[in-house]
Amino acid sequence: MSSVMKTATPRTADPLLIDGVEYQSRLLVGTGKYKDLEETRRAVEASGAEIVTVAIRRTNIGQNADEPSLLDVLPPDRYTYLPNTAGCYTAEDAVRTCRLARELLDGHKLVKLEVLGDEKTLFPDIVQTLSAAETLIADGFRVMVYTNDDPIIAKRFEEMGCVAVMPLAAPIGSGLGIRNPYNILTIVENAEVPILVDAGVGCASDAAIAMELGCDGVLMNTAIAGAKDPVLMASAMKKAIEAGRESWLAGRIPKKRFASASSPLDGIFF
Amino acid sequence: MELIINGKPQQLPDGISAAALIEHLGLADQRLAMEVNQEIVPRSTFESHILKPGDQIEIVRAIGGGAR
Repeated sequence: MSSVMKTATPRTADPLLIDGVEYQSRLLVGTGKYKDLEETRRAVEASGAEIVTVAIRRTNIGQNADEPSLLDVLPPDRYTYLPNTAGCYTAEDAVRTCRLARELLDGHKLVKLEVLGDEKTLFPDIVQTLSAAETLIADGFRVMVYTNDDPIIAKRFEEMGCVAVMPLAAPIGSGLGIRNPYNILTIVENAEVPILVDAGVGCASDAAIAMELGCDGVLMNTAIAGAKDPVLMASAMKKAIEAGRESWLAGRIPKKRFASASSPLDGIFF
Repeated sequence: MELIINGKPQQLPDGISAAALIEHLGLADQRLAMEVNQEIVPRSTFESHILKPGDQIEIVRAIGGGAR
């Protein structure tokens, strides 16, 4: 799969590596909450994302056969589809969803696992998520797991075999940005698998901050789809991810309490 | 015979195959997956899988979606 150039994005020297596959973009996007499929297409394109998450739902029987579907506007041969377990509150439902997704996508094994605990906060139910992850990994799935920002749990998911760990910045759709940067930093420092912030990003600087904490990528949906101008926000997010990554790689100056002048004292004429 | 399809009871001919059901529902050229009584029926076996009265069938597809 890595030998197929999926998009027109030029190959970077700093690719995102997930489960042995290289991606040029470190921005992953969800496909929900858009006005219509055309807006979805334009925003996803502007974002430069190569991986898009999709939900698995009942077919609309009796729907007009000519009505376009997501697969028409985001062709599966151009994008990597990452099925999620959105709406699942139990491990059983999440496992069932992933198995159906695998069948739907011709044996595709990479999935995003999310098991929610509460309707109001949409925080993950860690106990159910651990159970689902164990079952899915044993069944051959490559699991990218949505979790909270608890560094112990994050490491637990990594140790059980998840291919990526995705701590939330803040509740899904809240736009609050990274609530606990120190925990995210700890997770990143302890990890040997990619860490992607998933959920709660609200604006471009939030995404840049995630990358400056050393995250490997960011997954977002509402931040783009819910913006007044989603296509413009998608473009902003693309740049923010790139800027944040470069900023992190470049090695920032330390924070100091007092000033340190930039110009020499030598040659002062006053 | 009665089949429950995506939560709704429907009358279908006895001995209909999964493939024929998909055809009947007008879903033949859509990318989908099917469960019968909570067990996945692989697409490759649609022709040979014969549905039985009272079978609970779920037919799903990928859609744009996030948390909900």
